[in-house]
Amino acid sequence: MKWEVADVVAIHEETPTARTLMLRIPGWAGALAGQHIDIRLTAPDGYQAARSYSLSSAASDELAAVSVELMPDGEVSPYLVRGISVGDQLEVIGPLGGWFVWRPEQQEPIRMIGGGSGVAPLVSILRTHIASGNTAPVSLLYSVRSPEFVYFRDELESLTASAGGEVTIQYTRHAPPAWQGTLGRLDAARITEWADAGTAASGAGAAAPSTYICGPTRFVELASDALVASGVDPMTIRTERFGGA
Amino acid sequence: MGIVTPGFFGKHREADPKLPPGQYETKDFPVLSAGPTPNIHAGEWQFSITNESGDVKRWTWDEFMALPIETVDTDIHCVTRWSKFGTSWRGVSLDTLFADVETDAGYTMAHSYGGYTTNVPLEDLLDGKAWVAFEFGGEPLDPEHGGPARLLVPHLYFWKSAKWITGLTMHETDELGFWEVNGYHAYGDPWKEQRYYYDS
Ligand SMILES: Cc1cc2nc3c(=O)[nH]c(=O)nc-3n(C[C@H](O)[C@H](O)[C@H](O)COP(=O)(O)OP(=O)(O)OC[C@H]3O[C@@H](n4cnc5c(N)ncnc54)[C@H](O)[C@@H]3O)c2cc1C
Repeated sequence: MKWEVADVVAIHEETPTARTLMLRIPGWAGALAGQHIDIRLTAPDGYQAARSYSLSSAASDELAAVSVELMPDGEVSPYLVRGISVGDQLEVIGPLGGWFVWRPEQQEPIRMIGGGSGVAPLVSILRTHIASGNTAPVSLLYSVRSPEFVYFRDELESLTASAGGEVTIQYTRHAPPAWQGTLGRLDAARITEWADAGTAASGAGAAAPSTYICGPTRFVELASDALVASGVDPMTIRTERFGGA
Repeated sequence: MGIVTPGFFGKHREADPKLPPGQYETKDFPVLSAGPTPNIHAGEWQFSITNESGDVKRWTWDEFMALPIETVDTDIHCVTRWSKFGTSWRGVSLDTLFADVETDAGYTMAHSYGGYTTNVPLEDLLDGKAWVAFEFGGEPLDPEHGGPARLLVPHLYFWKSAKWITGLTMHETDELGFWEVNGYHAYGDPWKEQRYYYDS
């Protein structure tokens, strides 16, 4: 594996502060759902900066998709969200990561919790699940500030529905008018309640689910601590921490 | 040098000789873990070294605290590309822990609460190169960062500094640990950029 020069073939404005980049990577042979790539930028004097971005594309997609959230003081994300245009080139290496992955052979129910841009690899799992015809039950709990910050807004519901599952969105600051939930951050009680409802729906005797949790580090800590405290086996929980203090 | 990215100039400009290739400096302390953070109380914590014949040396927390404690000031380098300069730790040197261990094996596997493992050659743990650390920046080590105690092998990428460590086992051959099976490099020298399994 080596650094490849990828073409940016399409850009989708995901939210007011995030973009999805579609990349054509030479020699790309797909990825496992949940994996990431590293993107490297080079200044005219040779200075380089590289960061990791999770793939949201399905395992076998020809184009690699990443979604980048703008960190206002960041070095790389402002460039990827504001600076780049279709036709530009970026250096990338990957796919990377062998643990935060879902394989179509897995038959146990899939439980996913995402915060903000952390939904990206979970969408890859959804897409791969659909493409593979896997019938394991899927559920997704997604925490997001307000409706305009929902990633993959147009697809999220149809994707989870096609995967035979359900998406629960938790709005933390503003909710759409018809929304039934209670505004506010996810806390241990809400996470446990959601997880228990899922377990009840799967029925007695269902295999123990695999849980995938992804997002800012604080968010991942909170969600995984809540599940462990409620008795979920830690070895069934896979996490991807995106960073942040 | 790769292709120039038009319009990119970068922010962390200083070319710091303390920075291994491909790394950037951060003042934060990001967290790299594969799963939930285990919550281990010092009272239940134990550390052991098991040699290739199966002989075990074991320490409880209190026994551990009675060993000579060293202060370590060092830079650390994470495989996810951040480096943190001048971190300060307190812990017990592996030289102290290995003083009475009889072994001819050249490799160790570090075992952690939660089931994680990582492989490190014995020579990388001895001669003042590694510690079992329980304090960071003058405070007890946070669970998120590996508390109550983690391995500290600062000359290798930081995943080798196994969080929540509970023991080392000795091996004749270099077997891969959890992180290495899942794609990270078998050895992990930041100065040679040995991040992933395919890096030479
Ligand atoms: C495996 C992996 C996958 C990732 N996937 C994605 C992804 O799909 N989409 C995405 O947008 N990012 C993702 N990230 C985070 C990404 O790699 C960068 O850290 C992020 O884009 C910030 O980079 P920067 O150069 O703009 O900021 P930097 O210059 O590196 O940092 C600027 C400041 O932003 C803070 N910061 C960094 N990340 C976060 C965060 N998540 N929340 C809050 N504060 C933060 C830093 O602590 C720092 O203070 C992933 C990280 C990892 C390790």
